Amino acid sequence: MTTFFQLLIYGLQLGSVYALLALGYTMVYGIVGMINFAHGDFLMIGALSTVFLAMAFMNTSSAALSAIQVITIILIAMIGTGLIGVLVEAIAYKPLRDRPRMTALITAVGVSMFLQNFPRALPFIGPNPRPFPRLFPLVQLNLGGVTITSTQLIMLGLSIILMVILYFIVNKTPLGAQMRAVSMDKDAALLMGININVIISLTFFIGAALASSSGIFYASIYPQVDVYMGSWLGTKSFIAAVLGGIGDIRGAMLGGFILGISEIFATSINSNLGYMIGFIVLILILLFKPAGLLGKFSIEKV
Amino acid sequence: MKKVSQVLLVVLVIAVFITACSPSVPAAPVESEPQANGEKVGETLRIGVVSPMSGPGATAGKYIVNGVKLLEEKLKTEGGLLVGDTRYPIEFLYEDNEAKEETTTNVYQKLINQDNVIAIVGPDMSKAILAAGPIAQSAGVVAVGTFTTNEAVTQVGDYIFRACFIDPFQGKAAATYAWDAGFKTAAVIYNNADAYSKGLYENFELAFTELGGEIVEVQAYSGSDIKDYNVQLTKIKAANPDVVFIPNMFTEIPLQVRQARELGITAKFVGGDSMDAPEVAQLAGFENIEGTAYVSAFSPDNPDPVAQEFVKAFNDAYGMNPNSNAVLAYEAAMMILESIKNAATVDRKGVRDAMASLKDLHLPSGTITVGPDRNPIKGAAILMYNSEGVPEFVVNVNP
Repeated sequence: MTTFFQLLIYGLQLGSVYALLALGYTMVYGIVGMINFAHGDFLMIGALSTVFLAMAFMNTSSAALSAIQVITIILIAMIGTGLIGVLVEAIAYKPLRDRPRMTALITAVGVSMFLQNFPRALPFIGPNPRPFPRLFPLVQLNLGGVTITSTQLIMLGLSIILMVILYFIVNKTPLGAQMRAVSMDKDAALLMGININVIISLTFFIGAALASSSGIFYASIYPQVDVYMGSWLGTKSFIAAVLGGIGDIRGAMLGGFILGISEIFATSINSNLGYMIGFIVLILILLFKPAGLLGKFSIEKV
Repeated sequence: MKKVSQVLLVVLVIAVFITACSPSVPAAPVESEPQANGEKVGETLRIGVVSPMSGPGATAGKYIVNGVKLLEEKLKTEGGLLVGDTRYPIEFLYEDNEAKEETTTNVYQKLINQDNVIAIVGPDMSKAILAAGPIAQSAGVVAVGTFTTNEAVTQVGDYIFRACFIDPFQGKAAATYAWDAGFKTAAVIYNNADAYSKGLYENFELAFTELGGEIVEVQAYSGSDIKDYNVQLTKIKAANPDVVFIPNMFTEIPLQVRQARELGITAKFVGGDSMDAPEVAQLAGFENIEGTAYVSAFSPDNPDPVAQEFVKAFNDAYGMNPNSNAVLAYEAAMMILESIKNAATVDRKGVRDAMASLKDLHLPSGTITVGPDRNPIKGAAILMYNSEGVPEFVVNVNP
């Protein structure tokens, strides 16, 4: 029983990273109708920029980072990555908005390669992994044989708070109503006086900022950062988004946690199974519930 | 503009064609008159040195070139290599392989066909010598890989040698050290998608159980993409081993060490030569990595007099300690020089035959004997990270 709860905690910790990242996939897909394969690399940008921000803050104060500094770092990293997301959309995807979907998809693969290899080529970043600074204090709690660290608790708490805020924005605010309108019918939304460009930019901003936060959380538990870290996580989170039903925000959260927990439990049976489980789940879902767990089938208009 | 570029292209093609077709001109043997001291002067012998002088492996390349240059300077002051009563001037030709297979193939071709070298030192990577080795083999030129630890390297043919020990020996050396250090039970976490990691684990297990130790837990993970080792480490913690063997890549080890310490695993770690990277201690945190031992080709703290002489000469020349790359390149060149000395006839074939029976050559990293499979039989050094994240020499392990 102790082992079960211990594994559950590892699963939740991994699942929250997948869930935050899957939200970006699902929002972009829901609103623009394209799969942004460069999304995983926003996670890397978030984590990498945090490393440099922390280095800059540590240089000035030399002591350990205070809570206010940590919050500032996280906010700057999230906003910065969000702006990079907006920039990527404006440069790479906007000119292709009326082209066939395949064009945007292939462009996304190209953007992903650029985002990985451009920092790699910069001399002050380079290909080698670098340590991630400790942002949250490390305290180990022992609850009846189950070890929980403060980092895990803070991470899990923050990611749930971020998800709740997002859910509230999308469902309860006028801005969210506009986003939902664009996702339902772009042309009709335009006729209703909604500025589509602003909404799409905002979607990319939120998606990239969430990816950045998941990068910070991910690097806090696995404290090692390199330029390729986003690609594999991006794939996993994409699976999570499809699993939950791509285009649905609750689905992305659910899919992320399901994937994280099943991966950890499968690994405890056999490490190869843990590696495969994401793909097994994906195949099963596509076979039996192609729209995902919470997704609704939409009829393609021809 | 287009015309000009076309003309240039044609000129280029012709130039390449001519260079490629020009017959190699072997330097004619110039046996000069005996000199005052009774020595004859032989023809200049050329030895190729292939290493990554640019690109991501440039640091290794710098050490390799410096290691060989040390020998070159020494030979220059002596006027050449004395073989019997003939003194042969030795010329080293340094070529950049950019750590790439294709470039290695090209420079091998250049060295063998144009420069007419008698033997080649390097490159330092298994994949590069695996690509270029067949060229040396078919031309009948000895190639001595420096850091090419993959078993398949010398299986390319009977002209391919290496200066380093092979992967299976590392597992054995780690097991020998762990047993001698008093550890009775061991656990292993390894990457089952990586031949290096798997090979080291299997040989560690074999040697450790043979010595009388017990492997209490073996945990695998599938590939370098995995960053979460909590599940595997929780099981290792439950088995409570004296030592944990982690024969993994230098990018994976720091996370494993950190996660293990955070889970409360207090056992010592032992690893392979992949841990010989300055990043490891930094990424893992000094307090976590302290006391972790690993197998290495060489340590500058090795008390052996030959080793200390080399370290001092290297320090005098370049103001820093040599690393494994420098030592292995130096030793590969030494193996070639010794083989030229022992050769029945000073030519490519003679060097090969002499190298195949090279025996008890005392080099900085220990005494080396070339085995029947052209793999050197030599010792390894065990290093251990101290509390400042700096590896320190512990002991030599001999085969």
